[in-house]
Amino acid sequence: MKPIAILIPILAAAVAAQQVAQPSKDACIECHTAMDGPIQQPALLIKDDIHMANGLSCADCHGGDRTSDDPTVAMSTAKGFIGAPKRTAIPQFCARCHASPDFMRRFRPQQRVDQFELYKTSVHGKKLAAGDENVATCIDCHSVHDIRAVKNPQAPVYPSRIPDTCGRCHADAGKMAKYGIPTNQLDQYHTSVHWAALQKGDLAAPNCASCHGNHGAKPPEVASVAAVCGNCHVLFAQNYDKSVHAPIFSAASGGGGCIVCHSNHGIQKPSTAMLAGAKAVCSGCHEPGTPGAKTAGQMAQWIDGLGDALKHSEAVLGEADKAGMEVSEAQVRLDDGRDDLVKARLAMHTFNPDEMHKPIEAGMAIADETLRAGQQALHEKNVRRVGLAISVFFIAVTVAALWFFIRRLEASGSGRLEPSN
Amino acid sequence: MMPNSCEGKCPGCNNAHAGIQEDRRTFLSWILGGGILATMGSFLYPVVRFLNPPRITEVAVNEVDAGKPSDLKPNSGKIVKFGSKPAILIRISDSEWRAFSAVCTHLNCTVQYRDTTQQIWCACHNGTYDRLTGHVVSGPPPNPLEEYAVNLRGDSVIISKKA
Amino acid sequence: MATNAIQWLDNRLGLSEIKKLADHKTVPVHSATRWYYFGGITLFLIGIQIVTGTLLLFYYRPTVAEGFDSVRFIMTRVEFGWLIRSIHSWSANLLIFVAFIHMFSVVFTHAYRPPRELTWASGIVLLGLMLGFGFSGYLLPWNQISYFATKVGTDVAGSVPLVGEAMARVLRGGDDVGAATLTRFFALHVMVLPMITAALVGMHVLLVQKNGMSTPPWIAADRVRHIKFFPNFFLRELMVWYGALAALGALAALFPWELGIKADPFASAPKGIRPEWYFLAQFYTLKLIPSRVWIFEGELLGIAGFGIGALAWALLPAWGVKRSGEVRQRLVTGAAIFVAAYLAVFTALGYFK
Repeated sequence: MKPIAILIPILAAAVAAQQVAQPSKDACIECHTAMDGPIQQPALLIKDDIHMANGLSCADCHGGDRTSDDPTVAMSTAKGFIGAPKRTAIPQFCARCHASPDFMRRFRPQQRVDQFELYKTSVHGKKLAAGDENVATCIDCHSVHDIRAVKNPQAPVYPSRIPDTCGRCHADAGKMAKYGIPTNQLDQYHTSVHWAALQKGDLAAPNCASCHGNHGAKPPEVASVAAVCGNCHVLFAQNYDKSVHAPIFSAASGGGGCIVCHSNHGIQKPSTAMLAGAKAVCSGCHEPGTPGAKTAGQMAQWIDGLGDALKHSEAVLGEADKAGMEVSEAQVRLDDGRDDLVKARLAMHTFNPDEMHKPIEAGMAIADETLRAGQQALHEKNVRRVGLAISVFFIAVTVAALWFFIRRLEASGSGRLEPSN
Repeated sequence: MMPNSCEGKCPGCNNAHAGIQEDRRTFLSWILGGGILATMGSFLYPVVRFLNPPRITEVAVNEVDAGKPSDLKPNSGKIVKFGSKPAILIRISDSEWRAFSAVCTHLNCTVQYRDTTQQIWCACHNGTYDRLTGHVVSGPPPNPLEEYAVNLRGDSVIISKKA
Repeated sequence: MATNAIQWLDNRLGLSEIKKLADHKTVPVHSATRWYYFGGITLFLIGIQIVTGTLLLFYYRPTVAEGFDSVRFIMTRVEFGWLIRSIHSWSANLLIFVAFIHMFSVVFTHAYRPPRELTWASGIVLLGLMLGFGFSGYLLPWNQISYFATKVGTDVAGSVPLVGEAMARVLRGGDDVGAATLTRFFALHVMVLPMITAALVGMHVLLVQKNGMSTPPWIAADRVRHIKFFPNFFLRELMVWYGALAALGALAALFPWELGIKADPFASAPKGIRPEWYFLAQFYTLKLIPSRVWIFEGELLGIAGFGIGALAWALLPAWGVKRSGEVRQRLVTGAAIFVAAYLAVFTALGYFK
């Protein structure tokens, strides 16, 4: 037998095995592919669809009979054809399967099935229920007919693409005009540390949905802002909750909690400029000269002081390292000091100077210790040179003495043997 | 020719001249002897100091004594210094121990053991690791914690790098 | 009392025989006398290596886990450890450099000619041993660069036909550079090579003693003035040794030998991996040879070339001297200039490219 003759039955079997879940014929795709215009699109897009990849085709959502080439049969209500749902009916349309644990278990046993329930609690869901067709439904975020898995980087709901997906509507002043909400969130977010981290490929960095929820999207309540941020910034939130500011900030208008100092969408890398100086956020309440402003100034000074001390130690160690001295142990120790700096910044969020002073003290001790190690190494470098100079001096004296000794020895002809002839 | 063979031509020769020669010879011998002694000293001094055992005698690398077993109750953990980095030692039960690198694989914070959840937890960004394997359970860490070997030797717990 | 003690020792050790021998030895004085010092410097540096190497053994630990850290311990914690290790490393390099000068001076003054063929041959073997010391010692600190240099080096050994694979396996103590390689190299470096070297150095020096110092063929040996080896020549040599020691001390204090970073077998090879300078010429040549020359594998051809070249060089007394005993001066000098130029140019090329 020729190899090709063996292959054909194998291939046929493989194709058959793949199509066990579906009839081999898909008239919907066949006919719609042959059409023109918008009616053709779904048939083209569906090749990328996750439903298709799981053996579900047009008819599984839209009803009808895919085996019939006759459109009147294939799309007859008798065969259960529903066609395209109205916009307001889309969530229910998807929920037929996605809210059914029994159905979803067949494909993704761990997939959540509460998206529709969540959606109904969201601002989008409530407005849709009230008949507003402009709000987002499932397909506005997930796309339609080319729906991809969330973990697919091409999906519009892939973490790094979510901001732009939300921004399609929320950054559009025209679309947002009648709701009276701002449209600058995306622009602000694009300046934030969170977007920077997301762009670097850290998919754990927060996108819109991380704080607002996805299917149940809503602005976080003022009282829960600290809790939302605290999802990731656990210890910061704990310290903040203990602080005197927590009850005061919670009552602040225009969003409370962390936002009071850090803002919300355009969160910048924090610095001590937030504590003291012309741009200090503290000075909004604590006017210059008041005890609060002084404490904030002290905190800024501590953090800057420790940062500078660590940098200085690092520079001295670097110099010693360049001079060939072995200071790797001190350089590793410096990491502990940097840890303390992080801890001090963390402890700052208790707004309690006593609490904050502990890591500052520990860090300063390490900065001192490593600085001394560096200076010791540089000193050692000089000691080596002095030691070298001393021994070279002795060597020079001895060599010179040897030279005179040999000269005198040979002046009398000692040890010289002239050729015999 | 040596200057002392002046053959009596120089004025006031004899004794005085020979005396100076003698002085010079002794001086040179002293310098030479002293020089050789001094150089020998400057070679031997570092050698003797080198052989003197240093105050810190541990090379401290792939093995660390984490203290007595009785110091740690079951379902608790502690951070120990392992070389230049921290390690976390966990007593699962009376006879079962685990040790991992305590450096979180997310942003290098030091992790801790939480007896309430029985997990290894990183306070910085809420990453959790399994206490038996070091695998990531939840949160941002991209990789599991490196596991170390734990052995009981006499009355001490020894943590060592896995071969 | 003192004379009695000396007498007692003399009767048992034959001190006066040795003294007679020392009295007897003379060194010819002529325009090329300065080159005689290089053998002495080489011997002196070998002595330095023995002393500093023995001292390092007090703290060094030849394991993958502790090798690097124990060297760092020597460099940071042990008093004057930096000095001992830096001198050991600098002296190793200086030793090979001086040995090369010694060898070329022997060629250019044609001192290899009969009856000194064995002195020459033992010298060549000693030079090879010195290179072996360098190669094995380089790995011992177990840092990134030495680890990968050893990987490359043993790979080269592995490409020798027929026996290569087995040779590389024996050298590495396994299929790859690892813990077994380190203990092997350690054993080679502190036991095997030193024993062979000690025996050969003894033979080399004894032969020099027996055959006397050679004078270049263009100088009439019987017309030349001599000085006594002891103390006249020896004191001069002592001055040179002192100078070498001062230079070593200065190098160690001003440019301590660096430690590098601990070897990580799973890390990717760092950029610009290259061997110690004394292997650079060969390294660069192998790099230049195309991977295929006619029907031969390029690297193989290169290694075969080095092998044949080294053998021919060791057999210099055989082809450099006519049957009549006359030296083929132009041939040998020409060959030596070619070899020296090749080594210099390719080492420089390997260094700068």
